[in-house]
Amino acid sequence: MSVVVPTQRRWRSVVPAWATLPLVGGGVIILLWVIIGFTIPLWAPYDPVSLAGMRFQPPSAEHWLGTDALGRDVFTRTLYGVRHSFPIAVVVIGCALVIGCTVGAIAGYVGGLLDSVLMRLVDVTLSFPAILLAMAVTASLGPGLGNAAIAMVIVWWPIYARLMRAQVLSVRNREHVEAAVASGATRPRVLIKHILPLCWSPIIVNATMDFGQVVLLAASLSFIGLGAVPPTPEWGQMISDGALQFYRWWIALGPGLAILTVVLASNFLGDGLRDFLDPRAK
Amino acid sequence: MFAYVAKRLIAMPFLLLGVITVAFLLTHFTAADPLTSIIGERQMNNPQVVQAARERWGLDQSLPEQYAIYLGNLVTGDFGTSFRTRQPVAHDLLLRLPATLELVISAMLLGTFFGVTLGVLAARFRDGMIDNLARLFALVGASAPVFWSGLVVLFVFSVQLGWLPGPGRIDSRAVAPPFVTGFFTVDTLLAGDWAGFRSVLLHLILPASVLGWTVTGIVSRMVRASMLDVLSQEYILAARAKGASPVRVLLHHALRNAMLPTLTIIGFSFAYLITGAVLTEAIFAWPGIGSYAVAAARGLDHPAIIGVTIVGGAAFLISNLLTDLAYAFVDPRVKLGGRAGA
Repeated sequence: MSVVVPTQRRWRSVVPAWATLPLVGGGVIILLWVIIGFTIPLWAPYDPVSLAGMRFQPPSAEHWLGTDALGRDVFTRTLYGVRHSFPIAVVVIGCALVIGCTVGAIAGYVGGLLDSVLMRLVDVTLSFPAILLAMAVTASLGPGLGNAAIAMVIVWWPIYARLMRAQVLSVRNREHVEAAVASGATRPRVLIKHILPLCWSPIIVNATMDFGQVVLLAASLSFIGLGAVPPTPEWGQMISDGALQFYRWWIALGPGLAILTVVLASNFLGDGLRDFLDPRAK
Repeated sequence: MFAYVAKRLIAMPFLLLGVITVAFLLTHFTAADPLTSIIGERQMNNPQVVQAARERWGLDQSLPEQYAIYLGNLVTGDFGTSFRTRQPVAHDLLLRLPATLELVISAMLLGTFFGVTLGVLAARFRDGMIDNLARLFALVGASAPVFWSGLVVLFVFSVQLGWLPGPGRIDSRAVAPPFVTGFFTVDTLLAGDWAGFRSVLLHLILPASVLGWTVTGIVSRMVRASMLDVLSQEYILAARAKGASPVRVLLHHALRNAMLPTLTIIGFSFAYLITGAVLTEAIFAWPGIGSYAVAAARGLDHPAIIGVTIVGGAAFLISNLLTDLAYAFVDPRVKLGGRAGA
């Protein structure tokens, strides 16, 4: 028995405190997809957009996930799909963060009429079911992945604006902020140097969890026919190909599992980050 | 309490107006010319046809004028005329609303039933096999795209096992029941058509389960958490000490109190259901508002898109308001104004 205790101690000192199962598991899955995204052209078994074999082949040794209606290799296309989903999600979350956090920080810090106007705009935008608003925007801009991304930024920024405003409101009356004001710091300086650094952790957690949701929404828009256009190997687009022939199960299997792993992983990662960044929130 | 209710009720019309304005503006700052979808690309070169269509559909007026006319029409329940079906949008939506409601209500009932069952079992056998399985089930339900899980269940239960019928609301050989309520379950019963009723129920199972899966996940997590909370309280110990059977303690004493926070979650999950219904209807060829929205978006049918977006936004706003209010009435301890995380 005396052996067990030291090994446990050593184990604890080797594994740092942040390395919880959700954080590492989610991180590894996302990292794998990123690596696939960057390296896939080097080792892909087939070309994603041209004929690779007979049409509608069920999975086999040559085609691990079978072939689709145009004889393209589903496995290859699934792996290539990450090259469309991830950049879109990064750009959408990035833009939504910049817009949302700027609006939220200014609204929370300045207050008054500006705050009311901005927050009513946020309220109205959040009154729509996300998918309907995204559909309406994409439909008016015209189909395409770029326009779908714009639509998703419009849907997403108010979430961060509301979050950031709440954070700023809770921080701005703390004593160190008063001290900074008293010592003559300008208002922008107080906001940027003394308030914002304390506001980030819930926003980072939310942005991480939203990554999967944006991938999902982008795929939904493509599935409807408003996002990626054929022959782009995009997951939602591929599932919509599979929906036409749902009795040929393999066509939609790969892209469906791909979306599932990304959404699950980003949820795990966000959960893990929250436990690490903000232990009290558990 | 009263002040809070009044505040929420007063804000409602303004939020609705905001929703209408945003939806209206969106479809008017558009790259694609709606005329193309009205008269077709070939006629776009014919100035007479273009002019006539512009006048016919009111597109020759300025934006504020169009907005004023649109608002005025909305008050009388007129959402404009769909470019695509050439029918009043309100008529199209009313015709399709029952199908969507039937699906959403069934999904909500199924999702709540399984969510509560799983949640109670997970709390009773905490950290055991059932608990872990329930957690996995909830997680997958919340993460899988409905338009994919729909395909998977269609393949497994309809194609492979042949237990349940494929897409659609009723057997393709059967005749739709005469329109009374628009709910096929009710209408077949009113017509005394038992075979039709059975077919309708069987057709509902798959889409409602797929759509309700998300709700199952959310509800089961919530029930589990609040059951664990309740089960550690002293009156449970007292009930056990009195000799109440374990099942009675679980269902009668604990679940009743644990259901309270769950009510809110069920209300808020309505949002997921609206979103999910759009995609589920597309997969299951369900002739509801969701598939109408998809067709409208694909066909750049602006009046229809505005109509659906406004109806969706209104449904969203109203359900959130009702949930908030219901919560306040059910649990007097709730302090409204600064709502703690639900």
